[in-house]
Amino acid sequence: MDEVYTLGVDVGSTASKCVILRDGREIVALSLVPYGAGSSGPGRAIEEVLEKAGKTTSEMAEILATGYGRKQLTIAEQSMSELSCHARGAHFLFPGVRSVIDIGGQDVKVLSIGPNGMLENFVMNDKCAAGTGRFLDVMAHILELRTDELADYAECAQKEIIISSTCTVFAESEVISQLAAGCDKADLIRGICVAIASKVAGLARRIGVRDELVMTGGVAHNRAVRNALAEALGHPIKSHEYCQHVGALGAALFAWQRCHKLAAENSN
Amino acid sequence: MAEQKGEFAEKNRENPSADGEKKEAKLMLREVVAKVYEEAFEAKARGELVGWSASKFPAEICETLGLHVVYPENQAAGIAARHGGQRLCEAAEAMGYDNDICGYCRISLAYAAGVEAEERPMPQPDFVLCCNNICNCMTKWYENIARMKNIPLIMFDVPYNNTPEVSQDAVDYMKGQFYDAIQQLEAISGKKWDEQRFAEVCRNANRSAKAWLKACSYCSVKPSPLAGFDLFNHMADIVTARCRVETAEGFEQLAEEYEAAVKEGHSTWHYDENYRIMFEGIPCWPELKKLFTPLKSKGINTTAVVYAPAFGFVYDDLDGLMRAYCKAPNSVCLETGVEWRETLCRENQVDGALVHYNRSCKPWSGYMPEMERRFRRDLQIPVVSFDGDQADPRNYSDEQYQTRVEGLFEEMEMAKGRGEEN
Repeated sequence: MDEVYTLGVDVGSTASKCVILRDGREIVALSLVPYGAGSSGPGRAIEEVLEKAGKTTSEMAEILATGYGRKQLTIAEQSMSELSCHARGAHFLFPGVRSVIDIGGQDVKVLSIGPNGMLENFVMNDKCAAGTGRFLDVMAHILELRTDELADYAECAQKEIIISSTCTVFAESEVISQLAAGCDKADLIRGICVAIASKVAGLARRIGVRDELVMTGGVAHNRAVRNALAEALGHPIKSHEYCQHVGALGAALFAWQRCHKLAAENSN
Repeated sequence: MAEQKGEFAEKNRENPSADGEKKEAKLMLREVVAKVYEEAFEAKARGELVGWSASKFPAEICETLGLHVVYPENQAAGIAARHGGQRLCEAAEAMGYDNDICGYCRISLAYAAGVEAEERPMPQPDFVLCCNNICNCMTKWYENIARMKNIPLIMFDVPYNNTPEVSQDAVDYMKGQFYDAIQQLEAISGKKWDEQRFAEVCRNANRSAKAWLKACSYCSVKPSPLAGFDLFNHMADIVTARCRVETAEGFEQLAEEYEAAVKEGHSTWHYDENYRIMFEGIPCWPELKKLFTPLKSKGINTTAVVYAPAFGFVYDDLDGLMRAYCKAPNSVCLETGVEWRETLCRENQVDGALVHYNRSCKPWSGYMPEMERRFRRDLQIPVVSFDGDQADPRNYSDEQYQTRVEGLFEEMEMAKGRGEEN
């Protein structure tokens, strides 16, 4: 049988991610463009991943979109919510996964996963951006750092300065006040990471977490947030270098399943 | 209780709609509500007193006394559904009221202060009737109106039920207030209480409630002869006119229509009924269409609506009336609340539940996390929640709602073993 390639596209609020899979088993190429829904990001991410794989869209057996901008991606034949896609993607990377915490650009999801990788239950943040990637971006900006530099600083902290986790705007004011008072930047960043962890842990406790607990989304790259969250929840947290691509990976897996199912139906 | 001869239905049969067909229940019921507001305006023009009443204040009192009352909650819902909610909410905020206060309350306070609302006008009040069985914000809301207008406030305090049973002490406490409210209204209006008329009004109220509950019960038929969201359209009647004969007749006609639909195999739900869900809470009136759209596209019918049957008060005597008014969604303990909903879910055969965390209704939303946990545990169904507001569209995000409905759909697919993998 010919090889079957499927493309999963996760159009998030702040980034676009793509994964191409071969036969639903092997990751062939990935891409990430830091521009999300409503921007050139999705198109650029698709171009980039196809180029890396040496393929064209016509060679994709199925394209499935997920994420905030999934409905606007006309190139995709199908779309699914990022909830099921994160569940499926996490299960592919960690077959023993039972809980997923996904912290994206503007939302937080906590998923309960069945033994087969199926979504069993979920809870999401409300309209508040506190506890999301946007919170970290805002803080990095006023600290004159890049978001990906925050974890290194947090690990150098001697103590933790308590920052409110209830509101991004209020927290920003607090950080500015602390900086003006001459507080150590590293101590402050550690406080920011703990504030995010505290907010997300509160949400996670609503449905509970079970081992293996996996963290996905861009914020999973931040070791300081991950460690603070593990401490707050009392569970070890696993992550993966492809943590930001988990939604797109799930989409590519669902796309492959659709192909497989259609092929089975046609052969009958 | 003997049933009355229905004058309204008789008239309806004598004067059917233009095409000669019997008038549809929805038209009958729409006319009933229009008549409530029309008669209140006429009474005001004649110089008679008009009251503003909480939706679950014992309506039997004013109906017996022949006093005209209108309902701020119903008005606020009507204004919100016609997209005027934000305008009035902002007007109330400009008066100094916080945007955390209930949207109905803000709309009502703005209207009382003179902000116009062509969406659902009603006469200004000469007295207010407050009852806290459905809402604990209502006491301050009505106190504010009474002070703003310098008019009498009649309070009917319903004790919160910490146990599933309503104690005789609570009944006696409420009866004392019931008699006191009658005396106060007699003094305010100069009208006299008539026991015979009271008995007649109670018969009408029970007849309306029973017919309403019967109409609601057709959601249990599979497939359902109605789109569950239809019930929201008839809430105005059970709130504003439950003591009227024509309301009872309208609901009886509605139940007859559903019965006929079951027999003939048709439905007002014109889509596939792939899944059936419970909708928890007051809907986002400004966004009804947006709430409905993703549900219909996925073939998800709302066959259990907690809010609608909550207004079906059935009782046999005065003690029973007090007990009935104790059983409002926000005045019963968690165990009773769970029991109501789980019974509804079982009878109406739902596959999942969609919970509205209503920024305007904190008491209702506050106990939902525990209820959700119970539903999942006891009913083994997926339960999904979304943030919104009954009247203020600024508190609703359509994108977030759509994602949650998709998540619910995908969970139901997986739960039924109809997911992509199977």
